[in-house]
Amino acid sequence: MSILVDKNTRVICQGITGSGGGAFHTKGCLDYGTQMVGGTSPGKGGTKDANGLPVFDTVEQAVRATGATATMIFVPPLFAADAICEAASAGIKLIVAITEGIPVLDMVKVKTYLAGFGDDVTLVGPNCPGVITPGECKIGIMPGYIHQPPAAGKKNVGIVSRSGTLTYEAVWQTTQMGWAQSTCVGIGGDPVKGLEFIDVIGMFQNDSATDAIIMIGEIGGTAEEQAADFIKKHVTKPVAGFIAGRTAPPGKRMGHAGAIISGGEGTAASKISAMRTAGIIVADSPADMGKVLVQAAKHSPTPV
Amino acid sequence: MKIHEYQARDLLSRAGIPVPPAGVVETAAAAREAFIRNGLPVQVIKAQIFAGGRGKAGFVKLVKSAEEAYQAADFMLKNRMVSVQTGPEGIAVKKLLIAAAVDIAHEYYVGLVLDRAKSGVTVMASAEGGVEIETVAESNPAAIIRHTMHPAIGLMPFEARNIALGIGLTGKPAATTADILLKLSRFFLQYDCSIAEINPLVLTKTGEIMAIDAKLNFDDNAMFRHADLQAMKDDSETDPLEVRATAANLNYIKLDGDIACLVNGAGLAMSTMDVIGLHGGKPANFLDVGGGVKKEGAIEAFRILLADPKVRGILVNIFGGIARCDLIAEALIQAGKEVGFRVPVVVRLEGTNVDKAREMLAAAQGELPTLQSATDLNDAAKKIVAAAAA
Repeated sequence: MSILVDKNTRVICQGITGSGGGAFHTKGCLDYGTQMVGGTSPGKGGTKDANGLPVFDTVEQAVRATGATATMIFVPPLFAADAICEAASAGIKLIVAITEGIPVLDMVKVKTYLAGFGDDVTLVGPNCPGVITPGECKIGIMPGYIHQPPAAGKKNVGIVSRSGTLTYEAVWQTTQMGWAQSTCVGIGGDPVKGLEFIDVIGMFQNDSATDAIIMIGEIGGTAEEQAADFIKKHVTKPVAGFIAGRTAPPGKRMGHAGAIISGGEGTAASKISAMRTAGIIVADSPADMGKVLVQAAKHSPTPV
Repeated sequence: MKIHEYQARDLLSRAGIPVPPAGVVETAAAAREAFIRNGLPVQVIKAQIFAGGRGKAGFVKLVKSAEEAYQAADFMLKNRMVSVQTGPEGIAVKKLLIAAAVDIAHEYYVGLVLDRAKSGVTVMASAEGGVEIETVAESNPAAIIRHTMHPAIGLMPFEARNIALGIGLTGKPAATTADILLKLSRFFLQYDCSIAEINPLVLTKTGEIMAIDAKLNFDDNAMFRHADLQAMKDDSETDPLEVRATAANLNYIKLDGDIACLVNGAGLAMSTMDVIGLHGGKPANFLDVGGGVKKEGAIEAFRILLADPKVRGILVNIFGGIARCDLIAEALIQAGKEVGFRVPVVVRLEGTNVDKAREMLAAAQGELPTLQSATDLNDAAKKIVAAAAA
């Protein structure tokens, strides 16, 4: 078991021929073993991409011809909102939007549009590294080789994060510690996005393959505080965490569009305190994410 | 992106929102003429710079004659403004706003703000204007009306009327305020704002409603579709190194510490700053070189870090995913040869092509004596803090 994606997930790439990463990362996903079954590039329907995958003009055509249920979006920011809505309209169940730099109000409109599909459509991102279930399916830009697929005798951590490279750090450290990863989800660095911490943590709680959880947050917004509250009430699995941005000055956007302390809200101190109150073991240093996972697993009321 | 007060005023005026008569001037003589043209007995002159503390420094002044306008403008244009926010060297003022001061009967607040928790846009209004809305939210939250606006439909006229009545306005001022709310909400959506607030929105003693001051923030991600906003960009108060980094497509923020860092990924860049802090150092900057960084970009990044005279050490932290460690190593070696590392450099590399990168760095050690390698991020931070203090 795992969450969101597994070896049976059939994936297309929107923007498969583009220089925005679509072409490069479609190959990366294929090499990892993901069932990439095609892609879209308006105006290039009927051709093949560099890997011999069929290219379609529309997502609807791609779904009809390939049976894809998931998409990986690399189209440029100006067209990304349209691409997400097109995927939902065509019956895609899981939309992973990698694109960075989508206008926030476009995402507000996308969320309003997606609300009409209820639970039938799940959006991950945008501005995220993607989703990977190690050994089975990688949708996104993460380096696959650092991950450890579940194996006999290994415990599995589920990782959810607002930051790409910090996810890789956590994966690397947990792999070094002898753990495997069930699924890793990059929810992205934008202020308005698809899945939030609580959604993914809820899925990990219900996933039989996940033994413990790492959540990696950063300054800006209150999603970590909400997640801490949710964990306190609904999560029995051990949870470890890290928050980036203790030394970030207020009012400055720290790279990610959503990473900004404004009006006194969104500080690292507030998040860390909420998480610790909820029983989450929070690492002081990003180098210690693996270490706190082991601690959490051992000292949890339900140790693994 | 930030814009100046006069630019915000101009944008709102063009959107049909009533503002007092005003002019923008660059000379004291023009200030005198503007006073006469505005035609009101009391007017206010305000220096158009981003830094705060204008009032205390004498760069916001009430004037009651054309001659007083001339004198005040002359002072502001000839002296650099010094406040807590500008540093001791101060900032030269080039533009002044001269606006009619109105007789205020009451100050209100109206605004729209992106609400990330709701993934929506919230319209807010309050009869307690003239102070920061965050202050009102803390002291008297019941005094603020909040309404979630549909992002595609926008604010409906009946909703705007309800809000105007809700903050205690009646009659014609209520109708004008409802109209202002509709225009401001359309402006918010049209210009990709993250904040658009009018504070204060005043009711004058003659029964008119006018926007006196406004705060407009725009979504940087949406700048590509607003050429008119891009043209308003004023980098004169931005740190020159930040301007240079933006030109090189680097995400760089200058801070006041002395340990520089070069990192890939925003989250990792932030936590690299944090880990420097954790081990007793102070970060000199935030720098995310990005996943798709090329050699030239990485070299320019080193040049920018070294151009900050305060910097006493550099921590390079790369987790190679898309960004390859060998490319960073190559840039590091070339930058070292080209600019010379006058300070200690500690390098921590992990991920894609790390072995090749380590070999390259080891081979270049003779030419780059200040270079050290680290095993993990804690080790790297300890080493750079120690080396910078030495």
